[in-house]
Amino acid sequence: MKTFLPSKFIVDRIEDRCIKCKVCITQCSFDTHYYDADDDQIKVRNQNCVGCHRCVTFCPTGALVVRNNPLEYRQNANWTPEMIEDIFKQAETGGVLLTGMGMDKAKPIYWDKLLINASQVTNPSIDPLREPMELTTYLGRKPEKATFDKCGNIEVNVAPQVKIDVPLMFSAMSYGAISLNVHRSLAQAAKNMGTMWNTGEGGLHSSLMEFKDNTIVQVASGRYGVQNDYLNSGRIVEIKIGQGAKPGIGGHLPGEKVSADVSLTRMIPMGTDAISPAPQHDIYSIEDLSQLIYGLKEATRYRVPISVKIAAVHNVAAIASGIVRAGADIVTIDGMRGATGAAPKVIRDNVGIPIELALAAVDSRLREEGIRNQASLVISGGIRNSGDVFKAIALGADAVNIGTAALVALGCHLCQQCHTGKCSWGICTSDLALTKRINPEIGAKRLSNLLRGWSLEIKDMLGGLGVNAIESLRGNRLHLRGVGLSAEELKILGVRAAGE
Amino acid sequence: MTSIEVKQNQDNACVNLHGVYYRDLNTRLCELVNEGTRSLELNNACGQRYIGTSLKGDVKITINGTPGNDLGAFMDGPSITVNGNVQDCCGNTLNNGRIVVHGHGGDIFGMSARGGKLFVRDYVGYRAGIHMKAYQDKKPSLVIGSTAQDFLGEYMAGGVLVVLGLGLEENETHKANFIGTGMHGGVIYMSGKVEDHQLGKEVAKAELDESDWQVLRPLIDEFALHFGYNAEEIAARPFYKLYPKYLRPYGRLYAY
Repeated sequence: MKTFLPSKFIVDRIEDRCIKCKVCITQCSFDTHYYDADDDQIKVRNQNCVGCHRCVTFCPTGALVVRNNPLEYRQNANWTPEMIEDIFKQAETGGVLLTGMGMDKAKPIYWDKLLINASQVTNPSIDPLREPMELTTYLGRKPEKATFDKCGNIEVNVAPQVKIDVPLMFSAMSYGAISLNVHRSLAQAAKNMGTMWNTGEGGLHSSLMEFKDNTIVQVASGRYGVQNDYLNSGRIVEIKIGQGAKPGIGGHLPGEKVSADVSLTRMIPMGTDAISPAPQHDIYSIEDLSQLIYGLKEATRYRVPISVKIAAVHNVAAIASGIVRAGADIVTIDGMRGATGAAPKVIRDNVGIPIELALAAVDSRLREEGIRNQASLVISGGIRNSGDVFKAIALGADAVNIGTAALVALGCHLCQQCHTGKCSWGICTSDLALTKRINPEIGAKRLSNLLRGWSLEIKDMLGGLGVNAIESLRGNRLHLRGVGLSAEELKILGVRAAGE
Repeated sequence: MTSIEVKQNQDNACVNLHGVYYRDLNTRLCELVNEGTRSLELNNACGQRYIGTSLKGDVKITINGTPGNDLGAFMDGPSITVNGNVQDCCGNTLNNGRIVVHGHGGDIFGMSARGGKLFVRDYVGYRAGIHMKAYQDKKPSLVIGSTAQDFLGEYMAGGVLVVLGLGLEENETHKANFIGTGMHGGVIYMSGKVEDHQLGKEVAKAELDESDWQVLRPLIDEFALHFGYNAEEIAARPFYKLYPKYLRPYGRLYAY
């Protein structure tokens, strides 16, 4: 069938700069560039270009320009080019539109409408260059109150806690979706920076056992790689109920991505589809969730906190309350801008709510019910910079997970082709020729640099507020003001309008 | 912590579960196993959850009474015999070992099992054997004496599920509908009547061949041994097998 789809991008080659070294041909995993021997020229198949900029970055003479196809449709506010082209795709295939990364639509980003306070005159700001600033965070259930024995000594009977040196962790991304070199980069960076990385639901590769003190192991509906040793290889065990990019649905890791090594950690035969059912079939209620939480506590002999990860959806506050009451030590909430290796586009773009509103609603609800101390709150879903992190903590988060930002640090250009398995940056693929493009040592360095940069910025902002510990910011919404928000939005966020 | 009545004799121990909270019980069981106890008799079980969860090694456990949910979850090696019925989630994500139930089982029996063997004398509830999978030398087997409820073997990705149909009346069909929905690996051997509409649409039905009998017969023999049946009589029943029509049932859903 003839495709009606136009090229998304145009690749221009500046001929007098091109030295025909063919780097663009070898770097492109989408077969956009090719060598025409008859004409002794490198030519382009524009229709294959996904805009990942791999060729542009590696062209030694700067001979390549990738630009949007200037193709102009007749103006129509309703029928945008994206809508038209999606219909072409479905008319040609009859399938579900699949995409990667997080929601790319212009839904409100509340981080950008929240502003941070600073000290002026009436209380002094602190200079973090000369005074100690505390970012250390403890994740896990906190006691209701301090208790003392007859001699007046404090009784220490605290549930397991995990100490992280920065309030930033890496989001769950499974081996199979991303490559082993990316897992190793994340694990090494987590170790360097004293924080945690998360295996996702695809099991833990045996070569990464050395990072167990910085590892969160995940248990999801497919139960891939879940066995006793795996559960006891993490500092935290996380039950994955949902993720922000695709709340309510499961996943299919296609057989092509289940390579020999992926099959080892997932513990399924090579080349078979790894199907993660939409629900966990042992969890149909809060009571059932409690059963799995305590099952995992039994399996780990109560040594580690249990996290429950959900997507931010409409009744998130009530659900989170149930999760805490079910015995979770950490509640992880992933907002609608959270990314994925593959999701139906219609779900990625339409299901779920922004993390800012979900976080504020959950924190408020847990406080109202007097159970906020019973669980730590970790959030994720489109966190782009230290400003977002800072605002999240002021809204009530204990820590923030970053996924997309971490991948961008490794080279991701957000071309949204994760589901094709052809990632030219070697991140979201199991093609061994491509995965070599990530050097785990350099990857770990880039990720550590990012965390270091954000930590320094967070300390700067804390100092500006006149506080010297992240604990003083946590849940302190008086440090935030809103601009351009409705009264209802301000109420949900629990912040005053700027100027108030 | 409640006091637990334990009688020890060399590497055997006899534990009275009456009124014992599961957390205390499992802590004690772990201690006993770590101290070298290899044979445990648990009496008066009454709903205690997670018995044998994550236990490893060559340990024999006999449970008299009714253990609670998640019996033998994540278990890796021990053999459990239950003289009574079991509740939901028995053998959840079982890695290795054996559970023999002299009675019936609840819902999601053997969910996500990756290895080990499960035998139930009577019937089981909904979604038994859901998402069982096989890996290298690990191949779980689940043998059900009578019948099962809906979604038997749903999402099955590997292993062997056997339903013997014992005790069904003549012309009585099995209880389950949607058998093997989403199945993409493994095999189900059944005896007893099943209408085509009871099968998931990803499932095909066929006669057994010699290689099937090589898998099925030892399981029938073991079932008969555990529960005192005549293996020849069971093996003489008409069997058919259910297997996935497609290895990739969801491979053609997507546009791009």
